[in-house]
Amino acid sequence: MKRIGVFVCHCGINIAATVDIESVVKDLEDYPGVVLVQDYKYMCSDPGQNIIKEKIKSERLDGIVVAACSPTLHENTFRLTCKTVGMNPYSCEIANIREQCSWVHKNKDEATLKAKLIIRSIVEKALLDEELEPVQVPVIRKALVLGGGIAGIQAALSIANSGYEVILVEKQSSIGGRMAQLSETFPTLDCSQCILTPKMVDVAQHEKIRLMTYSELEDISGFVGNFKVKIRQKAKYVDWDKCTGCGLCIEKCPKKAPSEFDQGLEKRKAVFTPFPQAVPNKPVIDHENCTYFKTGKCQLCKIVCSFDAVDFDETETFVEEEVGAIVVATGYDVYPVLNMDEYGSGKLPDVIDGLTFERILSSSGPTGGEVRRPSDGTVPKEIVFIKCVGSRDPEHHFPYCSKICCMYTTKHAMLYKHRVHDGQPYIFYMDVRAGGKGYEEFYQRAQEEDNVIFLRGKVSKVYQDDDKVVVCGIDTIYGRNVEIRADMVVLAMAIRPSKGVEELTRLLKIAIDQNGFLTEAHPKLRPVESLSAGIYLAGCAQAPKDIPDTVAQASATASMVSNLFSQEYLLHDPLITGVNEDLCSGCGVCVSVCPYDARKLNKEEGIVEVNEVLCEGCGSCSAACPSGAAQQKNFTDTQLSNMVKAILSE
Amino acid sequence: MTKKKAISSRKLTSEDADQLHDISGVNVYACYQCGNCSASCPAVEFMDIPPHLVIRLAQLGFIDELIEAETPWICAACITCTVKCPRGVDIAKVMEGLRQIVLRRDFEHINIREIDKKLREKLPQIALIGNFRKTIL
Repeated sequence: MKRIGVFVCHCGINIAATVDIESVVKDLEDYPGVVLVQDYKYMCSDPGQNIIKEKIKSERLDGIVVAACSPTLHENTFRLTCKTVGMNPYSCEIANIREQCSWVHKNKDEATLKAKLIIRSIVEKALLDEELEPVQVPVIRKALVLGGGIAGIQAALSIANSGYEVILVEKQSSIGGRMAQLSETFPTLDCSQCILTPKMVDVAQHEKIRLMTYSELEDISGFVGNFKVKIRQKAKYVDWDKCTGCGLCIEKCPKKAPSEFDQGLEKRKAVFTPFPQAVPNKPVIDHENCTYFKTGKCQLCKIVCSFDAVDFDETETFVEEEVGAIVVATGYDVYPVLNMDEYGSGKLPDVIDGLTFERILSSSGPTGGEVRRPSDGTVPKEIVFIKCVGSRDPEHHFPYCSKICCMYTTKHAMLYKHRVHDGQPYIFYMDVRAGGKGYEEFYQRAQEEDNVIFLRGKVSKVYQDDDKVVVCGIDTIYGRNVEIRADMVVLAMAIRPSKGVEELTRLLKIAIDQNGFLTEAHPKLRPVESLSAGIYLAGCAQAPKDIPDTVAQASATASMVSNLFSQEYLLHDPLITGVNEDLCSGCGVCVSVCPYDARKLNKEEGIVEVNEVLCEGCGSCSAACPSGAAQQKNFTDTQLSNMVKAILSE
Repeated sequence: MTKKKAISSRKLTSEDADQLHDISGVNVYACYQCGNCSASCPAVEFMDIPPHLVIRLAQLGFIDELIEAETPWICAACITCTVKCPRGVDIAKVMEGLRQIVLRRDFEHINIREIDKKLREKLPQIALIGNFRKTIL
């Protein structure tokens, strides 16, 4: 029989106050297979670990059980402790007598008995543990970045600058994302496009980056370090290899459609580039609006193109690639105004969202940066800005704070005042959250220098009266309801994860939270990783954040990817479920229940084969296998049955 | 209970608002309504409008309400509010500005002829002069 050592941790009073340690030690001393029981105040401390090391050597132990906190916390600590003195790390087991015992019970006698039973059962498991070695997996040192906004651009550049290859996939025909739409950025008021476009050009010119715009992820298989991805290149109807980007086709195209880039304020052609600094600066034909596709007549673009680049027969194509890591940087959308009945449901032309106002302020926008209201093009003399529209409203919309609205609304009011000197901006707010370097100073400047009137309170309704938009709200500081007859209203709509992200997460098998944002592996300590190994997060897809935070997060993500790529091979947990080929009947039940596609039926041999790297050791197959051929390592049927017996034998 | 108030740029840039700014030299828009002035004012309990709301009303252009208020006259000009303000708003000067606006309207607090002759002869000169000064500034 194996020689097992049991180490019982007091965890200060966390365990010792509810579990009688002395009694536990005494009880286990006589248990079959146990040759040593030792208790200590803090087993995870250096002296605690030294006790374990010494005893393993002096008592010639074959395996140990540490009765302490949850294995999610210190399993790794103690396994490494064992490794340093030459014991196989998988011969170390953790009995959780804190989270599952002392913390949840009050009665000391009962808790002590439960602790004994937990430890006994783990001793039974340890007696039959096999010595295991981690599975080694090679790494493909190429990253896939999904999303070409500032988050994706920053991540791609940073990974590429570390010397690794990157494929940057963007849904639109140009990279740039939301940041390209913005006018000026807080708190420095530098032009958004001016600071973004150099980075866009860097991406296009970088020899390590393969840019795939107008493309989407179609399919994915594989695992960390070894993903196989299929990318769908949508039909552009323009051969970009031949196209020089001269723009003649755009000029001649007779069909117009609302410009998505200008938030519908302006029209674009059916063959178009979203904005003048687009990267790549090549047009695509919008199938839905093109006259030729609708009526079979026109082809003006094809006729004027001197390079024969227009190809109406082009179809979508698929590219298959192998990558080692994936960065999800799919960005955000703005919650549509039509959800706000009290603010006109999007039917009032002069009640617009903040992103639309960005286009009005932008020097590249439809008004060339002059503030003119959408309904009649006049200069608004009084503008009301309303914050927290859809945000911080768990009863009707979303519970979270969209984080960027306080600052961009302040910026909007300030820029408006800079353009229209005799204009008056008002901001309705619930709280002003100006946390960030230079942010509070920016907010104070808006009040003091630009006379922005801040009104603390919500707006109950907004309605049209002649050519005015009447805003009914309250100033809770002053304590009275207020009414403003404004020329225009700008709503700071909630930030939402971008459309289609839910399908993408299903494809990638990563989690989203109750609000639809991607879930990070740990809110504080692993903020840029998803729970699936090898898939990382950046930007507003994870949570609303401003440009500085997005760039910081994307850089952190790139650093995690470089971290992964710098390893020679990856280690995979060997606690997987194999196949006993003598017992396997080849029924294939396990194949159908495996959530990781780790099991395949070999029809010729009539048995199931396992991809050890894909297997996450969930145990579904062991439970489903009718012949007992699928046995999970160190969780065999015999071990589990012995553990249950130990618990019931009290 | 509460009356609805219309806020407009016309109000914000009214003659009264300009006059208050001219006399006091204070930019009331710097105030972010922390309320420290009212919290530290030794006379606040005797006022009808606490100092932070005086500034709030000035921000919104409701000078007419402030002119009717008693607060500026109860203010002892001890300047505690000004010393305490984190945004450098000189509240005491705003109070003085409001008093000046009232005084410069030049309405007669007393009409000497309306005072009974006997009383007039008995009144100390300083009382009469004090009253005159308030009207002729």
